[in-house]
Amino acid sequence: MSFLRRRKGSETSKSQNSDSHKQEKSKRRGEDESKRKGDEEKIRKWSCLDSCCWFIGCVCLTWWLLLFLYNAMPASLPQYVTEAITGPLPDPPGLKLWKEGLKAKHPIVFVPGIVTGGLELWEGHQCADGLFRKRLWGGTFGELYKRPLCWVEHMSLDNETGLDPSGIRVRPVSGLVAADYFAPGYFVWAVLIANLARIGYEEKTMYMAAYDWRISFQNTEVRDQTLSRIKSNIELMVATNGGKKVVVIPHSMGVLYFLHFMKWVEATTPMGGGGGSDWCAKHIKAVMNIGGPFLGVPKAVAGLFSIEAKDIAVARAFAPGVLNKDVFGLQTLQHIMRMTRTWDATMSMIPKGGDTIWGGLDWSPEGGYNCNAKKLKNNDTCTACQNGNGDLASTKKVNYGRFISFGKDVAEAHSSKFERMDFRGAVKGSNLVNKTRCDVWTEYHEMGVGGVKAVADCKVYTAGSILDLLQFVAPRLMARGGAQFSYGIADNLDDPKYSHYKYWSNPLETKLPNAPNMEIYSMYGVGVPTERAYVYKLTPASECYIPFQIDSSADGGSVDSCLKGGVLSVNGDETVPVLSAGFMGAKGWRGKTRFNPSGIRTYIREYDHAPPANLLEGRGSQSGAHVDIMGNFALIEDILRVAAGATGEHLGGDQVYSDIFKWSEKIDLQL
Amino acid sequence: MASILRFRKLCYMEPVKFRTFDESPKLYQKLDKKADDNNVILTANSVLETDTKKKKCTKKPSKEWRCVDTCCWMIGCLCTTWWFLLFLYHCFPATLPGFQVPESPGVRLKRDGLTANHPVVLVPGFVTGGLELWEGRPCAEGLFRKRLWGGSFTEIFKRPSCWLEHLSLDNETGLDPPGIRVRPVPGLVAADYFATGYFVWAVLIENLAKIGYEGKNLYMAAYDWRLSFQNTEIRDQALSRLKSKIELLYVTNGYKKVVVVPHSMGVIYFLHFLKWVETPPPMGGGGGPGWCAKHIKAVMNIGPAFLGVPKTVSNLFSAEGKDIAYLRAMAPGVLDSEILGLQTLEHVMRVSRTWDSVISLMPKGGETIWGNLDSSPDEGHACQSVKKGQYAPSSNGMNANHTDINTGFQVKETVKCGRIISFGKAESELSSSQIPNLDTEEFLRSSSSKNVNSSCGEVWTEYDEMSRESIRKVAEKKVYTARTLLDLLRFVAPKMMQRAEAHFSHGIADNLDDPKYAHYKYWSNPLETKCCPEVTNSVKWDICLRLPDAPDMEIHCLYGVGIPTERSYVYKLSPTNKCKNIPFRIDASANGDENSCLKGGVYFVDGDDSVPVLSAGFMCAKGWRGRTRFNPSGIATYVREYKHKPPTSLLEGRGIESGAHVDIMGNVALIEDVLRVAAGASGAEIGGDQIYSDIRRMSERINLEL
Repeated sequence: MSFLRRRKGSETSKSQNSDSHKQEKSKRRGEDESKRKGDEEKIRKWSCLDSCCWFIGCVCLTWWLLLFLYNAMPASLPQYVTEAITGPLPDPPGLKLWKEGLKAKHPIVFVPGIVTGGLELWEGHQCADGLFRKRLWGGTFGELYKRPLCWVEHMSLDNETGLDPSGIRVRPVSGLVAADYFAPGYFVWAVLIANLARIGYEEKTMYMAAYDWRISFQNTEVRDQTLSRIKSNIELMVATNGGKKVVVIPHSMGVLYFLHFMKWVEATTPMGGGGGSDWCAKHIKAVMNIGGPFLGVPKAVAGLFSIEAKDIAVARAFAPGVLNKDVFGLQTLQHIMRMTRTWDATMSMIPKGGDTIWGGLDWSPEGGYNCNAKKLKNNDTCTACQNGNGDLASTKKVNYGRFISFGKDVAEAHSSKFERMDFRGAVKGSNLVNKTRCDVWTEYHEMGVGGVKAVADCKVYTAGSILDLLQFVAPRLMARGGAQFSYGIADNLDDPKYSHYKYWSNPLETKLPNAPNMEIYSMYGVGVPTERAYVYKLTPASECYIPFQIDSSADGGSVDSCLKGGVLSVNGDETVPVLSAGFMGAKGWRGKTRFNPSGIRTYIREYDHAPPANLLEGRGSQSGAHVDIMGNFALIEDILRVAAGATGEHLGGDQVYSDIFKWSEKIDLQL
Repeated sequence: MASILRFRKLCYMEPVKFRTFDESPKLYQKLDKKADDNNVILTANSVLETDTKKKKCTKKPSKEWRCVDTCCWMIGCLCTTWWFLLFLYHCFPATLPGFQVPESPGVRLKRDGLTANHPVVLVPGFVTGGLELWEGRPCAEGLFRKRLWGGSFTEIFKRPSCWLEHLSLDNETGLDPPGIRVRPVPGLVAADYFATGYFVWAVLIENLAKIGYEGKNLYMAAYDWRLSFQNTEIRDQALSRLKSKIELLYVTNGYKKVVVVPHSMGVIYFLHFLKWVETPPPMGGGGGPGWCAKHIKAVMNIGPAFLGVPKTVSNLFSAEGKDIAYLRAMAPGVLDSEILGLQTLEHVMRVSRTWDSVISLMPKGGETIWGNLDSSPDEGHACQSVKKGQYAPSSNGMNANHTDINTGFQVKETVKCGRIISFGKAESELSSSQIPNLDTEEFLRSSSSKNVNSSCGEVWTEYDEMSRESIRKVAEKKVYTARTLLDLLRFVAPKMMQRAEAHFSHGIADNLDDPKYAHYKYWSNPLETKCCPEVTNSVKWDICLRLPDAPDMEIHCLYGVGIPTERSYVYKLSPTNKCKNIPFRIDASANGDENSCLKGGVYFVDGDDSVPVLSAGFMCAKGWRGRTRFNPSGIATYVREYKHKPPTSLLEGRGIESGAHVDIMGNVALIEDVLRVAAGASGAEIGGDQIYSDIRRMSERINLEL
C-alpha cells in the first residue's frame, strides 16, 4: 500500500508546491488505484482455499437448485417418465381390486420376521447417551458407524439368560412403522400396507404384531408380554369390526412365531394365554404365511457355525465395509458372531426334522433337482439345451443331505468312500490359543486345536448330526436354545411332554389348533437359487479367529452345477428352500393328518421369480425373493382378495411351479 | 483546454462514481489558470483517463466475477464452516464437562429407589397429536402415511390449499369428507414431539423410562382430536381401544391399576371415556359399574380445561385466539391476513370450524361459573401480582408500580371479566345498567331474517351468509357473557353449533339423576355428570375380596399459574366489507392503564397461558372436593399448582420450571409428582394441595349447589 502511494507521490512531485489540492487529488487517486490494485491482488491471490470454497459453494447452489426443482416437481412426474420408457404400468393391485369393488372386510395382523423389525433403546449404558427411543436396528443404522462397539454391546443379549443384559433395555418399535421400511427406501411391508389402504384398510383394521425378534418366542411373552398383547389386539379387532375374524400374514420367522402363538393362546394360563381350545377357530379366518421357513433354513446353520450365511443378517448388505475381515483389526466377524449367538431366535430356524426331512448322507428329497432348469428359461442358449437332456449325470452327485462337508471331494463322494471320525469324544481342553489376546470371546476359543481338528475329521454332517456339531462347538448356546426350541419329529403327539412351549414352534411336534374353518396358505417365491448345503474348510490357523469358513473356491465342474462358491443351492426364494416353505402345506398338513387333526385346509401359492426388467422398477413387481416378494403384485392381489373375504378356492387353490409335491412324496413321514 | 477538459470530464468522469468527482471541477478551474503545469494536468488527466478506461474495461468481467463467484465463495465458506461446526458438535461428548446439566427427576428418583409400578396411560390434548393421511385426493399424491399434522409441516408451504382441504372435516357430519381419510398417528410417537425439537410428552416419557417404564407399561391414547369425542369411537373405535389397552395393561402388569395422565383437552376426553366405559353397550363401552375403580388408580390432569377455555371463543368467533392452534407460531408469515390475497385467517376459520372438538373447549357452566355482566369469580384479580411474580427480578418500569400494588389501587378498577366479548372498550367497563338491554332470544328472533349474500359465490364461513345488517346487530348487543355467548355463536354459525351441540353441552345440571343426562353429549362436561359414582362400592368390594389396602381412585389437577391468560375480549367491527371476510376482530388498540389487565383488546387473568386458573382448578378445589353431587363417591381430589418461572438463559430451552400450558410438561416438579404417583405414592404422600393462586377464593365466590 505504502509503496504504491509513494510511487504516485513521485509522479506528482513536480506539482507538489503548486497546489495542495492537486496533491490531495492525486493522493486520493493513488489510494483509489491502490484499492483497485488490491482487488487485483486479491484476485491474483485467489488461493486454493478460495477456490475450494468457491467450488463447494457452486456445488451447494446446484444441489439446492436441484433439490428445489425436485420438490417443486409434481409428484407424478417420475411415473410419467417411467411410463414413457417402459410403456404403461399395470395398476397396483390395490387400485385394480378397488375398481373391481373389493372392500376391506377382515382385520389384518402382520407378523414380521427376523431382522426386519425395528428395535429402539429404552435404557442404555453411558456410551449410548442421547439415543433414548432412537432406533438401534432399522432406519439408517447411523449408530453402527458412529459407535460400533457400543452398538454391538447394546444389541447383544445376556449370554446366560438370553434376556436383557443388566442396565440395557432395547425394545421393539411398535405400530406399523416397526417394519414398514427396514431402512429408508427398503420396503418390507410398506407396499402391502399401501395396497391394503387402497381398498379401505387403516390403522384400526391393521395391526403389526411387532416383537423382539432377538429373543426366544416364549421370552417375548415373559419379558414384554408380547403374546398377550397380540391376543388382546386380535380380540379387540374382532370385537370392533363386527365379529369378523382376522387374516394373519406372517412373514419369514414370523411364521414360526405365529405357530407358537396359536399353541400358546390355547394353552392354559401359567404357560399359555388361556384363550380356550376354540380361540383360533373363533378369531382367525386365515393364516397367509409368506416365505415361511416351517422346517428351518440351512442358512441358519452356516450363520451359527461361521457367520457366513449370505444374508441372514441383512446387516452385511448394509455395512459391507465394516464387516470385511480384519479391517482395522476390528475382528468384525467375531463381534457379529458373539452378538448373533446371544440371539435365541436364530436357533428357531435350525433345520427341523433331521434326516427324515432333509436327507441323509446319500439321499435327499430334492436329489434330482436340476439346477440349470431355471437357467434354461432365462437364457435359451443351445449348449444349455443339450446339457439339459443329460443332466441326470451332473445332478447325481449333488448330495443335499450333507449340510456341511469339509472339502469338495468329500461333498461329492459316495458315503462308502470316506471314513467319518466321531468328534464327540475329542478332547477340547488342549488350548494353544492365547486367550488373553482375544478381546472378543466366542466359544470357539474354548475348543482348542484338538476340537477343531476333530470337527473337520468328521467330514460330513447331515441335518441330524448338525445339531450334535453345534452342540459341540457352542455348548452354551445350544443349552440355552435347547430349552426354547426343539428340532425333532414327534412319534406320538399326544405325549404330555409336547405341551411344553419349546415344541410349539416346530410344526412336526405340534398339532394345529382345532379350527376346521381356518385356512393356511403357504405363499413363497420359487426360481431363485437358495443355499442348501455348504463346503467348508479350516481357516488357516491364526489367533482369535473363527476356525471354519466356507470354501469359496469349491465350484462345480460345469456351468450348470449347483455348487457355486462353496454353496450348494437348490430352488427356493433365496433364503428358504422350497422344501421348508412348502412341505407342511403340500403334505404335512394336507388333509386330515396327525399334525392337522381338524383338517384345516392348506393351499400352496408359489410365485415364480422374475427379476426386475430394468432399474426403474426398483425391486420388481414380480420378484420371488424372500423379502422382495412382499412387493409382488400377484401375492398382494391374493392377500387382498382373502382379506376382502375370498377363500382359497376362489383364489384358484394351489399354484405350483416347483417340484414340491414330488419332493414331498419322497419324504417318508408318518402322517 | 477547459472545454476539452470538461468534455472529457463529462465523458469519462460522470458515469463513474469517482470519489474525487466533487472536487474535480474546482480543481480543473484552478488548473486552467496555471499554464505551466500543463503536462502535469495532462498526466493527471491521462491517468484519470486510463483509469476510467481501465475501469470500463475491467468493470464488466470483474463485476460478473464478483456477483456469482463471490456468492459461490460466500456460500462455500458458510457451508464449510457449518459442516466443520457440525462435525465438532458431533465429536463433542454429549455433556460438556464445564456445563452442568441439572439432574433429571427420573435419575434422582431412581436413586431414591423408585421403580415402575403402575402402568401409565398418556392422553394427549388438542392439536398436539399427529395426524397422517390414509386416503386423499389426487393433489395429495405421495403423502400416504405421511404426517399432515405435526412433524415438519412442510406440506403447508408446498400445497397449502390441498393441505387445508385434507384437514377439514365434513361440514354436515363432522366426520371425514368423502374420499379423504386422515387418521391419528398411533403410539408414543403421536405426541412426543409436536414439531421437530418442540417436545410435548417426550421429557415426561424419558423420565418415566428412567425409572423403568417402557412400551409394555406406557401407552399413548392417541385419538383424532378434530372429531367430537363420541365420533372418535364411531369412526375409529378409539374409546374401545383405550378400554382394551387399559385392561391389557392392568392384566399384564400384575393387576396393578393404571395412572392416567391426560393433558389439556385430553382431560375432558378422558372424562368422556370414564362415563362411556361404564355405560351399557349401544352407546357406551359396557365395562359395567366399577370398571373405573377396578382399573384406575389416579387421573393426573395436566393443565385441565375442565370448564372450557375463553380463548376458544375468540378463535371460533374471529379465528384470532392467540395460539390455540400453534399454527400462527409455526407459520407467522403465512397467516398474516391478506398476504397475496390468501385470506389465511378465513381459511383457518373455515377449517377449524369443521372441527367439532373445538366446541368442547367452550366455557362451560354459563354465568354461574364465568360471571355475569357485573361480577365474575376471578375479578379483582390483580394483574400486577401476576406480573410481579413473573418479572420480579427485572427493574424496568414495573418497580414504580409495586407501591400501587400495595395500596390495592387496582381493586377500584374491577375488571368485568364476565363479559367475555364486549364491543368497544367503553362497553367493557360500563356498569350493567348502562348497557342496552337486548334480550337474547328476541335478538335471535328478530335477526332470523337473513338474506344470503349470494354475490360472494362459494360460501366459506357462515359469515358469508350473514347480512351486514345482522352483523351490525351483533355489535349493538355490546356485551356477551358465557351464557349469551352461546346464543351469539348459534346466531353467527348456526350450522356449526347445531352439529356440535349434538355432541357437547355447556350447562350445569340441576338434577343429575335426570335420565337425559345419560346421553353422551353431557359426558365431557364435569358439571353435568357424576364422576365415577361406583368407585366406593367397588373399592369396598375389592377390599373384601383381595386387595386389603386398595387405595382409592384419585383425581389430581396439575397446572401452571403466574402467566397472564386470555379471559375476555374487546371486539370491533372489521372495517372492510368485502366478501369472504371475517366481520369482527379484536380491537387491538384497546389498552388499559399500565397495570391494567387489558392489553391489546384482551383481558388477562392468572393461568397457564391457555387455561385460566378458574377452569383448571375449580373442579378439584370445589366441584369435586369432598362428597358432592358431582362426586357422589367422594373421590379424593388434589390441586397441584406450579408457579411459572421463565427460563433464565437460552441454554435452558423452554425451561425446567415453566408453568405454561405445554411447557409445563417439562417442569421438573410436575414430572416428579407424576413419577411418584406412578411409582405408587398417593396424593397425600406427594404433599396434598399446593396452591399459589386465588383458586380457593374464586371457587368460594362461585355459587354452585353441590
